[in-house]
Amino acid sequence: MLKISNLHASVEDKDILKGINLEIKAGEVHAIMGPNGAGKSTLSSIIAGNENYEVSEGEILLEGEDISELAPEERAHKGVFLSFQYPVEIPGVSVTNFIKTAINEKRKANNQEEMPANEMLKLIREKSELLEMDRKFLSRSLNEGFSGGEKKRNEIFQMAMLEPKLAILDETDSGLDIDALRIVANGVNKLKNENNAVLVITHYQRLLDYIVPDFVHVLMDGKIVKTGGADLALELEEKGYDWIKQEQEV
Amino acid sequence: MELKEKLISSFMAFEEQIDVHSDLHDIRTAAIKNFEHKGFPTKKEEAWKYTSLNSVLKNDYSVFPKHENAIEFAEVKKYFLHEIDTYKVIFVDGKFTSFLSATTHDGIDVCLMSSALNKPKYKMVIDEYFNKIASKDESLTSLNTAFANEGAYINIPKSKVVEKPIEIIYFSTGKENALMLQPRNLVIVGENAHVQIIERHQSLNENPVLTNSVTEIFAQKRAIVDYYKIQNDLQSANLVDNTYISQKQESRVSVHTFSFGGNITRNNLNFYHFGERIDSTLKGITIIGNKQHVDHYTLVHHATPNCESHQNYKTILADSATGVFNGKIYVEKEAQKTDAFQQNNNILLGDKATINAKPQLEIFADDVKCSHGCTIGQLDETAMFYMQQRGIPKKEAKALLMYAFSNEVIESIKIPELKQRITKIIATKLGVNLGFDL
Repeated sequence: MLKISNLHASVEDKDILKGINLEIKAGEVHAIMGPNGAGKSTLSSIIAGNENYEVSEGEILLEGEDISELAPEERAHKGVFLSFQYPVEIPGVSVTNFIKTAINEKRKANNQEEMPANEMLKLIREKSELLEMDRKFLSRSLNEGFSGGEKKRNEIFQMAMLEPKLAILDETDSGLDIDALRIVANGVNKLKNENNAVLVITHYQRLLDYIVPDFVHVLMDGKIVKTGGADLALELEEKGYDWIKQEQEV
Repeated sequence: MELKEKLISSFMAFEEQIDVHSDLHDIRTAAIKNFEHKGFPTKKEEAWKYTSLNSVLKNDYSVFPKHENAIEFAEVKKYFLHEIDTYKVIFVDGKFTSFLSATTHDGIDVCLMSSALNKPKYKMVIDEYFNKIASKDESLTSLNTAFANEGAYINIPKSKVVEKPIEIIYFSTGKENALMLQPRNLVIVGENAHVQIIERHQSLNENPVLTNSVTEIFAQKRAIVDYYKIQNDLQSANLVDNTYISQKQESRVSVHTFSFGGNITRNNLNFYHFGERIDSTLKGITIIGNKQHVDHYTLVHHATPNCESHQNYKTILADSATGVFNGKIYVEKEAQKTDAFQQNNNILLGDKATINAKPQLEIFADDVKCSHGCTIGQLDETAMFYMQQRGIPKKEAKALLMYAFSNEVIESIKIPELKQRITKIIATKLGVNLGFDL
């Protein structure tokens, strides 16, 4: 699904990623953990195509195709989805209108007809129920005045609507209370299948109790320094990151 | 001959044409004298520091249109709020056009300034209101006063709620090579009365037009006036809009100015308070590009206690467009407990776009709440990335952001069909079709 090799990236001449190698197969859930400032959010931004970062070396393959030169919307059309840590407020544009536009732009890019209105409504109803969202919520301006939990739920709602091949969840657990966390995780788990993949970026192990990863990678100082199974997350929760640092130095 | 000389020499000829009573003659004579003395404003004056009329004044304008020009409704339908029933006072090249209009004398007066100025039955009202709030000092207002003869006359009696909006549209056909128009509107809204008015100036051809318009609005006690100005004219059109508003106790007046087109547009918007618990609202959206220029010059004169004013102007400038916002709030010593708010947000899209923003607060009372905020920036890159990440292409994402930026002002439009129209104009202006009405 996703293959990243030797990825180097910088922002304003500061090297942030220093040779990332990562392969995610269809049907897998991967987690990237690491201390603050390790480059976790940078990596997710770069996979999604944020133009503020300069990729100096390496490649990003999505289903065998190099996407590293594509615009963010082109990557989105090919099935990349990034759930933002801080979703943006857009006054005057309702959740419904925004997602309709997003879906139809994707269909247009893939030479499909616009989704018929009744089909769209049915899909919106189905997916908003999955995320336990109030109907009224859908007619509110996108993210405007939403609580932290509502914003994240709305991100996963959009993900559910867009059915991406690769979903990257950037610190989706931050700002969530336990109920919201359960709803969001449940949503992600229901969407998970053999043909898509999920990359969870998180600082804490908490979310991984609900979305259980097949692989856990530790990102430190721009490199993946350790890879393990779900139990690695528990170990990190218990022992912190210092022991890995020491292991590295040895 | 220079335009100033041409206008002065036209004045006598103009007065001979029409039958005016002596009071009006005195007002006009004083006005032309003031204009003769002051001339057209130049950049040397503080109030015109950022707006030059020089390039506009070079044209050889016809001051009196030679012909009555007819236009077909089908040609101009799109400029009307045709989705709903409205009163209409329509002018073509400065002349009233009855077949495009829908005036009334049934319980309210929605008719012509020329009738009001010349017919004896209106004399008392004219004596009481005409040129009473308009400046006698400002040269372009004086110029208009000197030639004031045609425009919309609206008089809403006490407690009358006008059930449909009134549209005032000035078309210019371009049949004259260059045309100068000086419309004069008078709006009187009685106690507890309520009216909604939409004003528009529209060229139909690329020949230059210079409009120097004056509107006087009198809102009596507890009157409610919602006034909307649509400025989406051709590149050849220039507009100086001088609007003067007199508000009595507990009246609420709002003026929304939508500036999307034209070459040079200057909006002089002045609010004066004569009573307590008055509410004044001044809002605007400006979206221009190329070398267009829009200047908002506002004044709210707080002279009485316990009044509020709310200003909110949003400007988006692309290419080499230039914008000006000069917002003056004057609070007299007597105007205690004034609550005056002013906000001005600007986005510069073009490297060569310029905004000059100048809040001006002069406060002489000591127990007031006055605040102002001004921002100048570019489009939020994170927000752009967010929308692109959801598959929305750059151009559409940009449009959505600009719409979101203007949204606060759009939301306060009280006529739903007009709100829809404005959002459509914005979408067209931004060159997008989003599959839903913005």
